[in-house]
Amino acid sequence: MKEIVVLSGKGGTGKTSIVGSFAALSKSKVLADCDVDAADLHLILKPDMKEEHEFWSGQVAVIDGDKCTQCGLCQELCRFGAIDEFKADAVLCEGCGFCSHICPAEAITMKESLAGRWFVSDTPYGKLVHARLGIAQENSGKLVAMVRKEAKELAEKLGVDSVITDGPPGIGCPVISSLSGASLALLVTEPTLSGIHDLERVIGVCDHFGVPVMVCINKHDINDENTSRIEDYCSKKNIDIAARIPYDDVVTEAMIHGEPVVTYDHDNKVSRRIEELWDKVTA
Amino acid sequence: MIISVASGKGGTGKTLVATSLAISIKEINQVQLLDCDVEEPNDHIFMKPVITQTEPVCVRVPEIDKEKCTYCGKCAEVCAFNAIAVVTKYVMVLSDLCHGCGACSYLCPEGAITEEERETGVVETGIADGVDIVQGRLNVGEAMPTPVITEVKSRAEPDKTVIIDVPPGTSCAVVNSITGSDFCLLVTESTPFGLNDLILAVETAKELDITCGVVINRAGIGDKEVEEYCNRENIPVLLKIPLDTEIARLYSKGITLAAGMPQWKETFESLYSDIVEIVDERNRSIKR
Repeated sequence: MKEIVVLSGKGGTGKTSIVGSFAALSKSKVLADCDVDAADLHLILKPDMKEEHEFWSGQVAVIDGDKCTQCGLCQELCRFGAIDEFKADAVLCEGCGFCSHICPAEAITMKESLAGRWFVSDTPYGKLVHARLGIAQENSGKLVAMVRKEAKELAEKLGVDSVITDGPPGIGCPVISSLSGASLALLVTEPTLSGIHDLERVIGVCDHFGVPVMVCINKHDINDENTSRIEDYCSKKNIDIAARIPYDDVVTEAMIHGEPVVTYDHDNKVSRRIEELWDKVTA
Repeated sequence: MIISVASGKGGTGKTLVATSLAISIKEINQVQLLDCDVEEPNDHIFMKPVITQTEPVCVRVPEIDKEKCTYCGKCAEVCAFNAIAVVTKYVMVLSDLCHGCGACSYLCPEGAITEEERETGVVETGIADGVDIVQGRLNVGEAMPTPVITEVKSRAEPDKTVIIDVPPGTSCAVVNSITGSDFCLLVTESTPFGLNDLILAVETAKELDITCGVVINRAGIGDKEVEEYCNRENIPVLLKIPLDTEIARLYSKGITLAAGMPQWKETFESLYSDIVEIVDERNRSIKR
């Protein structure tokens, strides 16, 4: 079974639109939306939710005011500035539990919090595992790991060929969580200086974790000079440019209709390029 | 005053708005631009700052003195992040997982644990055309952006106008970046993805009790849903930036709106005075 994760470094380069189209093109797969704090894939796949699970994680310190002697040791030792006036701030608390171990009055306990929810849904194109991180919650990396694990188990159970994952932007914890051990990372970039800068950093992360990469230049015709720069950079690094997709309003139109672009307008040049991209990715 | 520029969805134009705002109001008040999108910092591409100082950001990770260690396992037991494993006569430290809380070294009964600093990123300070710049950069391969963000924010000088470029999303890095702001400017686009993520960003700002306003970028594509949502929720739409090939062309070359099309400066100045008015009004109503 092949696990393909779609990343970009920079946000808004077109990851979700491409994964939505892959969903329609692929015959045998499970889909996973690992952008758990701003998930959008459901908007084009119209999931019919079959399972909903709570995601409990991220312990936070709770100080029992009756037991607390106001000695201030916890405040002195907390490195995250989470304790003030003998109260723990749930947002700043890192969940390390240091305070609970050292409190002489045993007034501090660590409580789990409901950090989000994850779902298994039916879509017109197959099963989708997705999630929603609670507002302002930590541990997006752990929720990503959970979504991936469930998607892989489901794929094995169903005997499908691949897991296609819509990844988060950036290079930190949730990206590492959605990437490590994957068969291929498809990096969607755009020919802007920001896009190039962020692509180079996400390539660095993929190298660091030993995941093979392919690059797709989206909206390649908005700046030919920058497109050439990406091509030169990739050829030096021996990275395959799997597709160049032109800019077209059809992508937004399809999104508004809540449909993958390849089914919304099959004959459009964007759809053709995405089909070729899918062939390359699965070759 | 601290204004954070956030979005929920990535790629909506946070950096375009943050840098244009900074350039446009620098004559009104001294401006400090903080790039808290430490995973993918982009302000420097548009501002081209002269960096005068680079400081490492370090997490303190444990180092075990094998002479003193009795392999009792206390450190592994108290570590909430599974960064230490003790197997009979061997202690393994997984420093990638360490959050640097210091529990292990403090609680080791033998005093066998000291801490060494491991660099996870840098904070750079400098100046760009009269605007003070502070930017964080997470090292490639590192998982935790928050210590770098915290370091960037510790350099904020609130007597200046502080503009914070926030990472996308709604998770801990975002919360860390916008906490303490007087106003949160949410940049979105009028598409279903833009709306979905705007709603999440609004909820995040509400959770932190920060007043917000909206900028609609690439106005003209998509539908009316974002504006209808803002009307319903009573969130002011303070600025619309049209879908314009010239703006996109400038952006692709690393030129921000107010620099490449100076006629926009006035628009950003009035955006700023709108924000000041909203913040003043809120402060007055809190006093009342």
